[in-house]
Amino acid sequence: MALEPNQPIMPENQRKSGLVIPDEAKNVWSDIKDQRKSGISGVVTLKSEELFAMARKSSLWPLTFGLACCAIEMISTYMPKHDFDRFGVVTWPSPRQSDVMIVAGTVVKKMAEPIKLLYEQMAAPKWVIAMGSCATCGGPYVRSYSVVMGVDQIIPVDVYVPGCPPRPEALLGGVMELQDLIQNEPKKKRGL
Amino acid sequence: METKAEVVKSANPDMAELRINMGPQHPATHGVFRMVLGLDGERIISVEPHIGYLHRGSEKLSEGENFQQITTLFDRLDYVSNFNNEWVYVRVVEKAMEIELPERAEYIRVILAELNRIASHFLFYGTYGLDTGAMNPSMVGFRERERIQEVFEAVSGARMMHNYFRVGGVKEDLPDGFVPAVGNLLDHLKRGYDDARDTLTESEIFIERTADIGKLSAEETLDYGVTGPILRAAGVDYDIRKADPYSIYPELDFQIPLGSHGDCYDRYMVRMLEIEQSIRIVEQAISRLPDGPIQSKVPRIMRPPEGDFYVHGENPRGDLGVYLVSKGGTVRPYRLKIRGPSFSNLMALSSMLENVYLADATVILGSLDIVLGEVDR
Amino acid sequence: MSSEDFDKHIAVEFFDSVKRVIQGIPCDLGNSRDELEIKLDRKYLLKIAGLLKDDSSTDMKYLRSLSIVDWIEDMEAVYHLSSVNHSNRIVIKIRVPMDELLLDSVIPVWRGADWHEREANDLFGVRFRGHPNMAPLILYDGFEGFPGRKSYELAEQDTFYGD
Repeated sequence: MALEPNQPIMPENQRKSGLVIPDEAKNVWSDIKDQRKSGISGVVTLKSEELFAMARKSSLWPLTFGLACCAIEMISTYMPKHDFDRFGVVTWPSPRQSDVMIVAGTVVKKMAEPIKLLYEQMAAPKWVIAMGSCATCGGPYVRSYSVVMGVDQIIPVDVYVPGCPPRPEALLGGVMELQDLIQNEPKKKRGL
Repeated sequence: METKAEVVKSANPDMAELRINMGPQHPATHGVFRMVLGLDGERIISVEPHIGYLHRGSEKLSEGENFQQITTLFDRLDYVSNFNNEWVYVRVVEKAMEIELPERAEYIRVILAELNRIASHFLFYGTYGLDTGAMNPSMVGFRERERIQEVFEAVSGARMMHNYFRVGGVKEDLPDGFVPAVGNLLDHLKRGYDDARDTLTESEIFIERTADIGKLSAEETLDYGVTGPILRAAGVDYDIRKADPYSIYPELDFQIPLGSHGDCYDRYMVRMLEIEQSIRIVEQAISRLPDGPIQSKVPRIMRPPEGDFYVHGENPRGDLGVYLVSKGGTVRPYRLKIRGPSFSNLMALSSMLENVYLADATVILGSLDIVLGEVDR
Repeated sequence: MSSEDFDKHIAVEFFDSVKRVIQGIPCDLGNSRDELEIKLDRKYLLKIAGLLKDDSSTDMKYLRSLSIVDWIEDMEAVYHLSSVNHSNRIVIKIRVPMDELLLDSVIPVWRGADWHEREANDLFGVRFRGHPNMAPLILYDGFEGFPGRKSYELAEQDTFYGD
């Protein structure tokens, strides 16, 4: 909508509130009614833990840790069709600087020690997503002599994503589940 | 397990060899593969590959499963080219039980296997671009793979582990509109292939990084048992689809690209040209797809006769062989040995990495295009 | 699937040339479907391998696979050979007694036998004389037992608690 010369930028009826709110966005901004009355605009107040949780969940950096077939579906999720990047998820090769470890594939006994080492190298706060049925419970190799029946025998797991292999949408759902978990962590600590 | 860098004093007092671990978790090792490299400055002196981080015991597990159930284990061997693995396995049971297939089933198998070969080579293109430092090829490669996976999902219900081939044919008939959909797909693939080829093939940086790197002579390659595009890049004309043909390949018209130098650039070019040839094969097969049954008469419980049978097929990575030993009349195999092509291809790595810069190690490993699922089985 | 796969007769010329190349070595020649089968005693393994590889009429330069089959009273080592110049194939089968699982390593003939032999050692316990480096390949250090053998039972419930 082009502005005429001498036309006020802010319409008269909204000048008192100090905030221009389009009609569609009214229910989104209904939490900050207090700010409207006091005339301060564009400020969100939260408890600091919830703010930090919101920051953590919006920028989860997983360790590039594809073990087997699920790794191919995980890579497909990073690629433009299913795009993990819009969730803030960027794959990162170093365990010291990553937040989440997506264990994608079968965990073999020979690999158990490196997995434990990598988990210990990650800095807190850290989470683990077990992707696929091999990482959840051993999967199709459940009676094998050299497979660990699920990665939760070695490290604590937060979210399980079932499937063989899970679709990229399922992995996205798993990450969203983890984001909900992270957002609700401060409330859980307060016993709510 | 050593994870820290160690300075090892060698017998020569002027030289100290640095030993580093290119560990099982590494963005460029294409899976859980570990190499312990001995370095002198930037040059690699010694390589010690360690595998087995994905050994799941498929061979032993298949001794406890029925013949119909083993197809799912084969899907997960070379997890990028699932249809090709399944095909070799069902062929060995068909050879044992002497089952003839209807024509439509053969054509369906060839179409799906060749589309899978294109998908696998596009994955190689994407990850090889990443290895040499380019990020756009991975986006292009996976974009084309997604298109192919949509067709696979329409046919078998799954994007990856299909479990679609059965002994005697395929599981169910193709969905309606398959032929025009594949025609449409091939148009997209041709454009995607042109895109892919223009990005990397004549890029100066890519040529600098891959030409004359990791050369292997034809004699050495065959001695190590290396097959597939690596053997053809060294100049040896051996493609099982032409040398020992199976299914309807004798009736199809296609060529085998051959390299001459045996270096990484030649291996890349052989795979890119194979994509072109596979598109040609799919076009011919689609135009001649006959009607008819998709499964021949097979007993519900399969009991192959006594004997041992070996069948091999041309996978995108080389020569996948399956050796079945049957005691006659049992519902489970007595012994099923899987000869994975990447297992033998990886043996040639140590000789290729002698006296090479560390930065070239990832490029050479990427050009071998290994998939750890069939190295460790 | 053409019927050629089912009962292809070995080309007579190939059969004759193999007989000529390996004359003097006591063995049984036969055919299993479309592959020429040679059964022999393990002491002639290296010799026959060298002869089959070097002679130009057989030209077996490509060792396809080395498998071990556990027949409970003894074990059988099966070598599948082939050539890139013609499509005839040879299978060498050798029986090894259980109380002395020892074979000659064929690395001097085909370098690609290296990891196949290490894997056979890991899974079945067959040893190869003359192999340069017999470290465990696909099983972890400290694995007990030989999982490929029929006597190794798969556990109903796995107990591994990540030590």
